[in-house]
Parts: sequence; structure tokens; C-alpha cells
Amino acid sequence: MASKAVYSRDPMLKKRDDFEDILEERRNSSDLRYALRCYAPVVYKGLCPSKAGTLKSMVLQSDQLHYVIHQVCRETGRAVDDVQEEVSSILEEMAHRLQLSTVRFFAFTLSKVFKTLFRSICVNEEGIQRLQQAIQEHPVVLLPSHRSYMDFLLMSYLLYTYDLALPVIAAGMDFMGMKFVGEMLRMSGAFFIRRSFGGDKLYWAVFSEYVKTMLKNGFAPVEFFLEGTRSRTSKSLTPKLGLLNIVMDPFFKGEVFDVSLVPVSISYERILEESLYARELLGVPKPKESTSGLIKARKVLSEDYGSIHVYFGQPVSVRSLAEGRVNRCQFNLIPRHIPKKPSEDIHSFVNDSAYRLVRAQEENMVLKPWVLLASLLLQNQVSGQKRGIALDELTEQAVWLRDLSRQYGAFLHWPEHTPPSEVVSSSLSLHRGLVRISEGRVQLALGQTGGPAAPGEPRSAVTPEEELLSQAVIILSCASYRNQALHVFLRPALLASAIHTASSNKKQEVFNSFSFLRNMFSNEFILCPGATVQDFEEACYLLVKTGALQVTQQDVLVTERGHRTLVFLTSMLDPFLQGYQVVCRFLCEEATEALTEKQFIPAVRKFIIKHLLAGRLRYTEVLSSDLQKNSLAALLRLGAVRKIKGAEQGTLKVNTVMVNSLEDTLGGKLPTQKAVIARL
Amino acid sequence: MLYISTKYQIIRKDFPFYLGKTAHGGLWVQIKNLPGHLPKESPSHVFLQEIMKWNGWGYSDSRFLFNKKGQAEFTGKRYIIIGMIIPGLKDWFECTFGASLQHKTPATPLLNSSAVQPPTLNEAFVEELKSTGIPFSQDAEDRVFRAHGHCLHEIFALREGKFGRVPDMVVWPNCHNDVVKIVELASKHNVCLIPYGGGTSVSSALECPPEETRSIVSLDTSQMNRILWVDEKNLTAHVEAGIVGQDLERLLNESGYCTGHEPDSMEFSSLGGWVATRASGMKKNIYGNIEDLVVHIKMVTPQGVIEKSCQGPRMSTGPDIHHFIMGSEGTLGVVTEVTMKIRPMPEYQKYGSVVFPNFEQGVACLREVARQRCAPASIRLMDNEQFKFGHALKPQVSSIFTSFLDGLKKFYITKFKGFDPNRLCVATLLFEGDREKVLQHEKQVYDIAAKFGGLAAGEDNGQRGYMLTFVIAYLRDLGMDYYVIGESFETSVPWDRVLDICRNVKARIVRECKERGVQFPPLSTCRVTQTYDAGACVYFYFAFNYRGLSDPVHVYEQVEHAAREEILANGGSLSHHHGVGKLRKEWMRETVSNVGMGMLKSVKDYVDPNNIFGNRNLL
Repeated sequence: MASKAVYSRDPMLKKRDDFEDILEERRNSSDLRYALRCYAPVVYKGLCPSKAGTLKSMVLQSDQLHYVIHQVCRETGRAVDDVQEEVSSILEEMAHRLQLSTVRFFAFTLSKVFKTLFRSICVNEEGIQRLQQAIQEHPVVLLPSHRSYMDFLLMSYLLYTYDLALPVIAAGMDFMGMKFVGEMLRMSGAFFIRRSFGGDKLYWAVFSEYVKTMLKNGFAPVEFFLEGTRSRTSKSLTPKLGLLNIVMDPFFKGEVFDVSLVPVSISYERILEESLYARELLGVPKPKESTSGLIKARKVLSEDYGSIHVYFGQPVSVRSLAEGRVNRCQFNLIPRHIPKKPSEDIHSFVNDSAYRLVRAQEENMVLKPWVLLASLLLQNQVSGQKRGIALDELTEQAVWLRDLSRQYGAFLHWPEHTPPSEVVSSSLSLHRGLVRISEGRVQLALGQTGGPAAPGEPRSAVTPEEELLSQAVIILSCASYRNQALHVFLRPALLASAIHTASSNKKQEVFNSFSFLRNMFSNEFILCPGATVQDFEEACYLLVKTGALQVTQQDVLVTERGHRTLVFLTSMLDPFLQGYQVVCRFLCEEATEALTEKQFIPAVRKFIIKHLLAGRLRYTEVLSSDLQKNSLAALLRLGAVRKIKGAEQGTLKVNTVMVNSLEDTLGGKLPTQKAVIARL
Repeated sequence: MLYISTKYQIIRKDFPFYLGKTAHGGLWVQIKNLPGHLPKESPSHVFLQEIMKWNGWGYSDSRFLFNKKGQAEFTGKRYIIIGMIIPGLKDWFECTFGASLQHKTPATPLLNSSAVQPPTLNEAFVEELKSTGIPFSQDAEDRVFRAHGHCLHEIFALREGKFGRVPDMVVWPNCHNDVVKIVELASKHNVCLIPYGGGTSVSSALECPPEETRSIVSLDTSQMNRILWVDEKNLTAHVEAGIVGQDLERLLNESGYCTGHEPDSMEFSSLGGWVATRASGMKKNIYGNIEDLVVHIKMVTPQGVIEKSCQGPRMSTGPDIHHFIMGSEGTLGVVTEVTMKIRPMPEYQKYGSVVFPNFEQGVACLREVARQRCAPASIRLMDNEQFKFGHALKPQVSSIFTSFLDGLKKFYITKFKGFDPNRLCVATLLFEGDREKVLQHEKQVYDIAAKFGGLAAGEDNGQRGYMLTFVIAYLRDLGMDYYVIGESFETSVPWDRVLDICRNVKARIVRECKERGVQFPPLSTCRVTQTYDAGACVYFYFAFNYRGLSDPVHVYEQVEHAAREEILANGGSLSHHHGVGKLRKEWMRETVSNVGMGMLKSVKDYVDPNNIFGNRNLL
């Protein structure tokens, strides 16, 4: 263990920019004039001015595409013209048609919509200034977090507001289904990519060349979501590497001097899709995007969604990231237009960078007091307090948690000069759909009776299962707010749980246990690959700094006053631990020979519902399909479950012994042997 | 004294400095007409450094300076600027570098012999050498003069009067047999030999390895400068390797021939040096590079003399042993005699230039010219910064009419044709051959240029472009008087990478300077100087104002190092023609692979097992 590499940075001192509310001006001046004002953004200094049309022909005439077209012709025997036509139609389907008039239309309507929905939209203007600088220097890639459909409209709206170059945005093809809206989005800069095109060489070639051409020529900032899709849980999703690879490639090949990656953190006080997500996680399939569906959704317009904070992070230079990590000479011996699978070192570099960028997004996410309250209420609910928690007690706990989270470096927006009780009650009232206050006591708004129904108790027309699911909607909604704060507590929580499961004070054993948990959860949370020691040091540092822990050369000791912190932290991870355990149990007990990947979620859900109704599980949260998918992914990664290729589509083969031992280790029944660690 | 005069005459009519026209446009420097070549009976090595600077480029009396009015002038009686003032240089200099004429950094004027380490002599070697009658010297000045090339750090140290390890003595062999004797004696007495030709190295190749404990002898080939015979039937000439470029051309010209090999350093660099570094000449498109020009090489090594048995124009006899010699950078032996191809002197020469709206178009044009294999004798493309630099070097115009014409030209290009003065760039051309063919060729090239938006911009601009090459080294000395240091370096790169490498290396230089605390943006500029079928040679110039830096040379070296890394990362070669020396040897292994390195090492081990040629270049 590199105990020298102490986590020396004090998170409390982290300097962050101030915010400005952009809606304030919108409330005081004409939206129409705003939408029609002169728009003259600064551009990339190496820009070759070109229209969207010339862009397409540049792509079509590129050496890269020529090469792939001829390759496809050779392999399939198709005529060149035929393939070329396919390429043109792929490009047609994909390409954006950015038009200022459409942007102006959105600027006008979104102003109206935003003013009704939100109290404020706060932006760090220093970040905007940095972005403006970056846009002139190098091609820019914008990497916003993805929590809502709103994200990319919001991004374009902000850039328009600040007179910055409008981005072109990689959007999933599902939007195209909404006829009119799809075209509108296209004209506001979205380009569409199919969700999966695994083996389609031609599609990949067109797509990557299209993105690279826009980037290299400095046509516009390229925007995409590292997480690939909207996070339904408000936890950051493990990053997808495809697009990041594409935008880094011109740097590796020397086609641009540098590329600036700008992580953007968008935090919603209340997420528009809140209960939609919860339902989706519980297995009610999400409605297919359609224009009429969107119009139906307008009842959301009458509600208060609080404020949005958008933080434009420090631009990250790909060149600096790659310094000493990527040997660019590897491209010297093959013409650069011939597609090549990324080498091992490039793959791991892109992967590490992606994690660092998602971490950068996380760090600048603004947390509202409600996030802390949701964490406390969830823990309280589980501890079996049927009558909820007294308001003043909740306030006391919230203040305690506020101070703790700040010490851990959270970017918490807690109103400075308001009494805590007011802060708490106004937070609760914004989320009144999720909580109920009666007789000065607060609890989650679960069902009619105010508590989980006793198992098996009949109720008119509502089956116990339906009731469970409707409670789960509230719990998962609440959990999604708690999840916003997870990244702040994650490392200390892993340490706390490690101490708990190791049931030993030996530093080495705690570390083994920490390392095991961290590895187990690396599909669940954003944990940078290969940073186990660093994370451990960071966790120790934070817990020691806050007086919860004493760490000596050999031992790790929980202090008297640290008890409360450690209980809170372990409770934070508990639902996940239990979720992974129950998935393991399911695989051992119920997985048949023929279980396919597709059947996995419904089957495990059934299993969990059964156990929840029987009162054998504490956490309703484990119903989340996200958690179930992640645990399966972890087991697959660790080799405890294998996917059989060839035969039945994705049949799962379970290594019962290994799954069993993983379950026991998670439950602290088995020590984390060194052998296991080494193998993992 | 008589011998000296042979060293600075340039009487070839095509040499850029010698132009019979009156003084406007391209004409700057005229070479003083001096008596022809004199017999070599009384060569006296002592005088060489008397007419050459000991701490800068070229002749002692020839230098740029700013006069009392702050206008740039060129001094001396060898190159004559006929009453010409360069009015634009001061402004360009001050604006580009943020330098000021108030802030001077003068060089130490005199060589302080007592600061030079006393020589470590191998007495036995000296004794035996004496008996051979070959002239030698242990004089401090002689030794310091041969202890360096022209890298920035070398010149900077000299200007500050600092000397590192220098050779312990200098010998002047007069012919091949003298060299054989010297090498035998050196092997016998375990003395380290460092061959010295023209001293124009820019790769630290001439630096004495500080770790060398043996006596170091500088073997100066300057007295081996005869043309031994000319074979008009086969169009070859057999020449001693110490001959300097301009002498070789002049002597051949007298009998109506030329080699056509014109590296930028040809005033001072020697034939042996060209062979040892794989030199390249400006007009290689017609005449070829040094490897195309040599027919036969004789080299003296510790194992004996290496040469081929015949002068067949091409042989299939295993790997060409010439290729062990060319580029060996003085690590294997001394090249003493070379048989070279010669050509009848061209009947007609014409300069030309083309202005392009931007560098991208210019490169595309050069690529097309290379594709059609119709490159003129020389074609070079300067970027915008260098175009401006060249512009600043324009001499004062003599009449209102010419200034009016210049104004019109500028108006035509920038206003009428819409070229952005901050983006346009210029290609300079040199055509050579029959008059008729030259004119035809010229048309072909201008037609291609037109397809890429190029406009013919006249002969004068072309001439001035080539002149920049020859005066740039003198200009560096001027910069060093005012806190400005810089240097050039080169690479070769495939065509599809040319634009990328130019952009990235220039940007890297700017970024590195900023990160290392350079107070003013540096001059970071490039030009494409040679075209090949599969790529081009690119030259970078880089200079900055070092006021406020405590160790400017170190900063310079770090930036140059970073720039070389960038070149390699962008698919450029370690060197096109400057060589590796000691400056770039850290990258040799990755350049030629482990096995390649082993091959070179095993050749060295066989040819020179005791490391007599111990300059430690290359490997």
C-alpha cells in the first residue's frame, strides 16, 4: 500500500465559481426581443467556414469513407454505387440541419416554459468565460451529465443565451420517432445515431467520420452524453467509450493540436421524469417517445420544479491527459484513414479519461438540502419507525449531515442565512408528493395507511403486490435524490462497510475488504479503474479528518464520536449490499439451465417481490432493475456467471460455488481472502 | 593570406548573393569580385579563424547591426550591401519578439585563452606525429575553434566566453596518406580522433564528449581541398573531401561543370561533412542528394581503408557499403576522397514566386507538383510568419516608382484578390536548364499553382526568399545581441502529414514557451523546403526573447526537445539532413529499432573496436 500517497487536497477548500440566475433577466425583459437579438458567437480560430451541406460532402469525400466503401464492396460483392447510396442515406438520416431560426424559436418557447417550470436556472458564468476561451483555442467537446430529456435543449438554450457557438448534439434515434419534434431537434443541432450498430462497419464509418469532420473543422462544439443514456437513478452511469474514442482520435492522429473536453454538471432540484423513472425501474416499460405523449405531459407545466444549477467545469485538454500515456507514433506506419481497432493502451487511456470526466461531472453537481433529507428519511423508514421522525429531530440530523457532507467536499447549496428548520420545511414542501407531515412527524408518503401494509392483509381491489409496487415508486423516487449525494459519501461508505464486514481492526484486512467491495460495486458507482489504493487513502483521510477514525500503521479504529458517522455511512451502502446478495441468492436457488439474459430481470424481480412480501428483505429498493442489471454485470465481469454464446441467445451459466461465496463475502460471513482479491 | 581569399569568393552567376542587377527588390548583397583561385602551395591553417568569427556565424567582418538611427545594416567588405538600409527589420524585430534596441546582450569580444583548459597530450603520439611532418597545433584558439558546431547552446556559451571540453590538439593532414598515418598513430597510442570539416554542424556532433579521458585530436580536413581529376567522358570528378562547397562549385565552373549540390551551408561546409551526415542540397530535384551524387568513397578507418573496386554506376553486391559510410557522422573513420557526379553548367536560370491565399493551398500545390514529378530545381513554401519575416527584410526602395509598384501589387493581392495578409503564404521557385525548357517548365508549374489559387508574384520575391536562407545565420547573431535566441530544425514527413505536423509543432513550441515562463510569444514558423514522391522536408524556425529567464539556453533546449517529440509523434523523421549527432541520439533506438541499433553497433565494433573515432555521435 502506498501510504505515502496521502489524499492531501482539502475538499473544504475546493474553489468553486458563483452562480448567476439567467431566468431573472428573462422575467424582466422581452422574450421575443431576446429570441431575435443579434447572435454572433466567437468561433474556433482554425475554423474553415462551411455550411451543413458542405459538411456532408466533406464526409462523403473523405478517404476514410472511400476506404470502407471499397472494403464493403470487396467483401459483399455489392456495387460501389449501391454502397455509396447507402452511405448517403445513412448520412441523411444522421445529419443535423442546424438553423438559427429554429434556435430562435426554441429560445422563445423555452423561455416561456422554463419560467413556468423553474424558479431559477443558475449558471456559473466563470465557466462560461472559460468555455468561450476554449472554443477559440481548440475544438471543444461538451460533456453534460444526463438526467432528463431537458438536458440538451437546456444546453443549447444556455449557449445561445451567452452568445456561444451552438453545439451539435449526438442524440439517440428514439427521438426521430417523434416526427415533428425530431425534425425540430435536428434543426436545433441534434444529429441522430442508432442505439446499436454493433457489427455495421459502414454505419460506424459514416458516424465517426461525421463527428470527426465537425470536430476537426471547428464547425461547432460537439456535445454528447458520456453516460450514454439518461440515468434513471440519478447516480452517474459508468461511461460509454465509443464517442469519446471518436473525438479523441483526431488528437491521437495529429489531425488537431488538442481537443478540449468540458464536463458540464446539470443538477435539477426536482426531476421532471421523477416517478416515470421509478416506474421504469420497477418494470413498467417506458412509453415510446411520441409527440402526443409529450403534449400529454404538459400537466407537468403546472408544477413547481424548483431550480436548476448548471456548472461548466474546467476544460480538460486531451493532450495533457495523454501526456506520457499514449504513444502517438503507433499511427505512423499505417495510413491514418484505414480504420483500426484502438490498441490496448489507447483503450485503457480512453476508459480512464472517461471515468475522470464523469467524476468531474459528479464533483460539480449542486446538492440541495432535500438530497440530505431524502437520505435520512430513507434510513429512518427502514429502521422501522412506523410513525416517522419528528420534524425537529429531522432538522437536527440534517444539520449534522450538512456539516459532514461539507467536510467531505460536497457542493451543497444550503441557504446561509435561513434557520435550518425553515430550510427543511421548504424542501419538504417542494417534494410534497414524496413525504407526508402529520402531527409534527415526517415520513415517506407510502400508501394510504401511512406504513407498509402487513404482508398478506387483503385490501379492496389492491393486491399486496400492487401496493408494494406503489410504495416502491415512492421509495425509488426518494432514493434517486439520495443517490445524488452518493458520490460524496461513497469512498468513506465503502470503508465503513469494509470495517463492518471485515469485523477486524487490522488495516490490511480492512483494505482487503474495501478492495473487494470496491471491485464488486464498480459497475454500480463511478470508481476509477486502478485507483483502489488512492480511494482507500482518500476514505481514510476523510474519516480521520472528521474524527471518526484513527488509523495507525497497522490498525483502523473507530472512535467514540465516529460511531454515528459510520452507522450512517454503512446504512447508505446497505441497500446495495443486500441487492447484490439477493441477486446472488436468486442465481443459486432459482436459476435454471435455460435462464437467458432477457429473462433475468423479470425472474429476479419475481423472486424479490416474493421475499419482500414474506418480510425477508429489508430494502424495497432492491426492486430497482438498475441495481439488478449492475449486479449481473459485476458477476459476469468477475466470471461467476458466464454468457454462453452460440446456442440460445445469451444463456447465463452460473458458477454456483463462486456466486455463493461472493454472497457470503458480501454478507461478511466469509473473510475476504487474499486469494480472492488477487483473482478479482 | 593568399589562401584565405579562396574562401569567400562566390562568383557563380546563379548564386543568390551575386546578382548583376541594380539595387532594388531582391538584391541585397553583392559578392566582392576578387582574384580567382590561387595555387595551394602555401596553405596556412593559422589564418582560417582569423577571417571567421570564433563565436558566431561566418566571416568576422560580416554582420548585421542596427545603426544609430535604429536601421538595420550589414557590415563588412566581403558581402557588400550597396548603401542599402533595411528599414522594416527593426519594427518587425521589436514587434515579433517584444525586444528593444535598448536592451543589449553583447558577446564577449575576445577569446580569453587562459579560460581554456590546458591540453591533455599523449606525448608518444605527439612525438611520432612530429616525425611525419604533418602540421599540428596546441594553440588554445585553434582548439576552441574546432570544439563546436553552430547549435544555439554552443554559440551561446562562446559568446559568454565559456568553454567546456575542447580538443587537445589540431592536425592538418594534406592528403589521404597523411590521414592514414594519423589514424595509424592514433590507434597505436589510443588517441581519440574527431574529424572536422567545415564546422557547420547543428547536432552537437563536434562537441567533445566530456567523459573522454584520452587525448582528443581534432583532424581538420581543410587542407585536403583539391580536385584531383575530372572525367568528362563519365561526367565525374575525383575530389579531396576537405573541399568547401563554394570552392568546389567555383573550380568546376571554371571548366564549365557543376555538382549542383547546394546545401544552405555551402559557403563553409565540406564534401566530407556532406558524406558523413547524408547532406541534402537545395537543387536536389535536378541533381539529387549526396547519396545520389557519390560514385565512389574512400574512407580511412582504424581497420584500414574502405573503398569499392570500381566505379560502376550501380551494383548488386550485398548491402551498399557506402551506406555504412554516409551518415556515420565521424564515428567510423575519415572520408578522404570522393568521386562525384558532375553536370554541365546550366544554360539558363530563373527565379520565381507564387503567392497562395493560405498555407493549406500552398501545400496542396506542392503535393501536386510532386505527384506530376515536375518540381523545379528548387521549390519552397514559406508560411505566413516567414513571409512577413521575408517582407521585413526588404531593402529600402530606391524610387517612388518602385514603392508605388509595390503598393499596387499589395493592393491587387489583398484587396482585389481578397487574400488575407495574415494567412497568405509564398512559394519560391528556381528553374534551371535550357532556356526553352525552363520557360516551358515554368509555365507548367504556374498552371498547377493557379489551380490552387496561386498568383505569380515575380522573380524578385523568389530571389529574396532564397537569400533569407543564407543570411538567417547572420541574423541569429544579431538577435543574440538583443536577448533573442533561436534556431532551426528539420524533419521529413509523408505528404498527408505535412499540414498536421506544421500546425502541431508550431503550436507545441508556442505552448511550451508559455509554460516555461517565456515572457513574449515566440517566433514559431516553418517552411516546406523539399518535395519527394512520398513526402516533403519541413524546416522549422523558432526564436524567442529571453528577458526575464534565468537559464534561457535550458529553456530553449527543453522547448526544442518537446518540439522534436511532437515531430516524432506526428510521423516525422528524426532528421532529414542535419543528422543525429549527440543532440538527437536519445531517439535513435526508437527510430531504427533494437535490431537496427545492434547492426550499427556491430559495424562500429568491428571497424573501430577501440573507439578511436570517439565523438560518440549517433549510437
